[in-house]
Amino acid sequence: MSVEATKAVSEIKSEFAPLIVAFCCNWCSYAGADLAGTSRLNYTANVRIIRVPCSCRVNPYFVLRAFQRGADGVVIAGCHPGDCHYSTGNYFTRRRFSVFTNLLEYLGIEKDRFKVDWISAAEGNKFASVMNELLEKVHQLGPNRKLRDSRWKR
Amino acid sequence: MHKIGVFVCWCGTNIAGTVNIDEVVKAAAEIPGVVAAQNYQYMCSEVGQKLVKSTIKEQSLDRVVIASCSPRMHEATFRKTAQAAGLNPFLVEIANIREQCSWVHKNKEEGTKKAIALVRAAVAKAAGNTELIPGEIGVEHRALVIGGGIAGIQTALDIADAGYEVDIIEKTPSIGGKMSQIDKTFPTLDCSACILTPKMVDASTHPNITLYTYSEVEKVSGYVGNFEVTMNQKARSVNMEKCSGCGICSSKCPSRTTKSEFDEGLRNRGAIYTPFPQAVPNVPVIDREHCLKFQSGKCGVCEKICPAGAIDYTQEDTKITKKYGAIVVATGYDIISLDKFGEYQYGSHPDVITSLEFERLTNAAGPTGGKFVRPSDHKKPKKVVFVQCVGSRDKSERGKSYCSKICCMYTAKHAMLLGDKYPDIESYVFYIDVRTPGKNFDEFYRRAVEEYGVHYIKGMVGKIFPEGDKLLVHGVDALTGETIKIDADLVVLAAATQAKPDAEALGRKLGISTDMNNFFTEAHPKLRPVETHSAGIYLAGACQGPKDIPETVAQASAAAAKAIVLLSKDKLVNNPCVSEVNENLCSGCLECTHICPYDAISAKELEMNDHGKITKRTVAHVNEALCQGCGGCTVTCRPGALDLKGFTNRQILAEVDAICQ
Ligand code: SF4
Ligand code: SF4
Repeated sequence: MSVEATKAVSEIKSEFAPLIVAFCCNWCSYAGADLAGTSRLNYTANVRIIRVPCSCRVNPYFVLRAFQRGADGVVIAGCHPGDCHYSTGNYFTRRRFSVFTNLLEYLGIEKDRFKVDWISAAEGNKFASVMNELLEKVHQLGPNRKLRDSRWKR
Repeated sequence: MHKIGVFVCWCGTNIAGTVNIDEVVKAAAEIPGVVAAQNYQYMCSEVGQKLVKSTIKEQSLDRVVIASCSPRMHEATFRKTAQAAGLNPFLVEIANIREQCSWVHKNKEEGTKKAIALVRAAVAKAAGNTELIPGEIGVEHRALVIGGGIAGIQTALDIADAGYEVDIIEKTPSIGGKMSQIDKTFPTLDCSACILTPKMVDASTHPNITLYTYSEVEKVSGYVGNFEVTMNQKARSVNMEKCSGCGICSSKCPSRTTKSEFDEGLRNRGAIYTPFPQAVPNVPVIDREHCLKFQSGKCGVCEKICPAGAIDYTQEDTKITKKYGAIVVATGYDIISLDKFGEYQYGSHPDVITSLEFERLTNAAGPTGGKFVRPSDHKKPKKVVFVQCVGSRDKSERGKSYCSKICCMYTAKHAMLLGDKYPDIESYVFYIDVRTPGKNFDEFYRRAVEEYGVHYIKGMVGKIFPEGDKLLVHGVDALTGETIKIDADLVVLAAATQAKPDAEALGRKLGISTDMNNFFTEAHPKLRPVETHSAGIYLAGACQGPKDIPETVAQASAAAAKAIVLLSKDKLVNNPCVSEVNENLCSGCLECTHICPYDAISAKELEMNDHGKITKRTVAHVNEALCQGCGGCTVTCRPGALDLKGFTNRQILAEVDAICQ
């Protein structure tokens, strides 16, 4: 989805400012975000990045915690399969989270709030579009209320 | 409570333009634990760094957060700054409010809000930072070069000249590689053997170089600076010390059914053979599969005839294990098999040959003594058709999608060589594009067209029909749309180059990756073209992708330079952000050992004294020199016994919490 379209969406639903937590691997996706920055690609401001050495460092618990703390969407981004800096890390990510996605649904968190994607250091554009697309989906779903810890204020 | 200092950088207007710095500073000052919040136009400048240093000292800060550009840019800078102020460098965290914030969000309110959130997360993470001290590992001052072609030879010579020991391991009986099969080289047309053979001799006589020919890598373990490689040296069945290289054995060997690999099958060799007369070492090997003695027990001619008594049928493969600080992979390339290109008649008609066969046919030391004749009837051809891009730039599954890079040039060279020797031979070249981007390449190609009158036809050959003793070549001229029929005497196919069939297996042993075409992948296509993702392992030559000789040699020297930098160090500092086992929590399931790509985790026995009774317990143990800090194991561990220093579970959860505030 284009940046303009995203903006239009965010204007319509201005009362809902979703929060997206992005776990990015240091070597590809974090660098992809940096490239989006140096290329001045204007993507949604609702994304907050947490840098991890490899996408395989992301414990499913971190994702659950983000949802508990009120995140409306979570994305894990790593190097493309075959390109992992640690050679096999992202394969573990892929397997772990394909199982985990089912568990999330079981817990009542819509699949569309969560995404595992591959963004290389050269894909600043992709970084921006993955974030914008997730934002769009989260907008359609509305705020995450299922897992959210009501004692936690945001 | 920690004493955390937050330093917000304006980066001129890069950050300050879209982020309200004052508000960020104000918000930072309110975070529990933050005792100092400062801002400055350019934090990375000398003045900025001074500000950080003096604040650390004056306020006795124990954690530092810099809100600035990407950590990929200046994390190292600020870690040094902190260190200069007496703080452990790993107590520094960066909040990336430029690439992730000011540069991508135009709205100042949104930008400021996000910058505050990022600072909060960085403070939360910093609070969980601990002092980390990088470990030191020694370096074995010896290099291994895998592959003895021109790439491997050049690398080894450069490293050896720098004063370090180098071993070359080569699969075939002699070093020299593909270049030794080539007649002349473009764009200078000098004789390949004349420039290569002296280098082969240099390599074999250099006091710092040891050659292991007829040998293969079997197992690789260890890590940068400390690789341990086991190789298998195949039995030559000839004693290398005793053999004088006279060659009587090969000439008298009655087994003559094997096609010479070196001569591209254009002549046969004995079961005991030296690949070519200038082979290094000049010691034959017995190819046991074709040796009558080994196959049926009858024969033994070579043993009887060898004046030096060097034949030894009882020799066995030997395993050699050695330690190396650096490894250079220089395994080269192959050309594709043409089985699937039936329309060209390769394999079914003897007068359709590959370019490498052409090299042997024009070579004075080749099977015809350099006389250029047709393989079928040994007559001199009058019309020769060259077909370029056979399998190159071919997206179908029988070909390769990439450009093989060398064929345009060697085809021009072949046509010129023919023109020089036999001005009456007519040469035709079918091409898709002529690509000549190297130094003096285009001039070379133009000479073929202008001086030698080689007929270049843009278009592909559709089919070749044998007719009488001719080959009817049917093609289309893509520029005029005309159909073209040429009655050729000989057809030369420029077959695509490809990665060695065992590249992937070798890559697995070394822990380096291959691309979709099985060529080895460099760490970065532009900025780290000779390194691999595995520290201490470098690439040289066509094992990385199609390359010509000048490029190969350049890269070989580059790989050598990289290896020399590594070998010249006495100690390497390793990344302290490694995984750590909490032995109290570890259940000894050893699940973590399966996931680690570097084999960094192993089992360890703990002895426990339980009121005088000694019991044993297995726990996991992380080798800090091997661990690269991916953190994959931490997620695998069910009891949560593993954690990654610098990115601990608590730190990441604290970041999540802070971000979601
Ligand atoms: S996975 Fe955890 S519990 Fe199992 S051996 Fe490894 S560290 Fe110990
Ligand atoms: S962090 Fe990665 S490299 Fe280190 S021990 Fe764990 S799995 Fe192996």
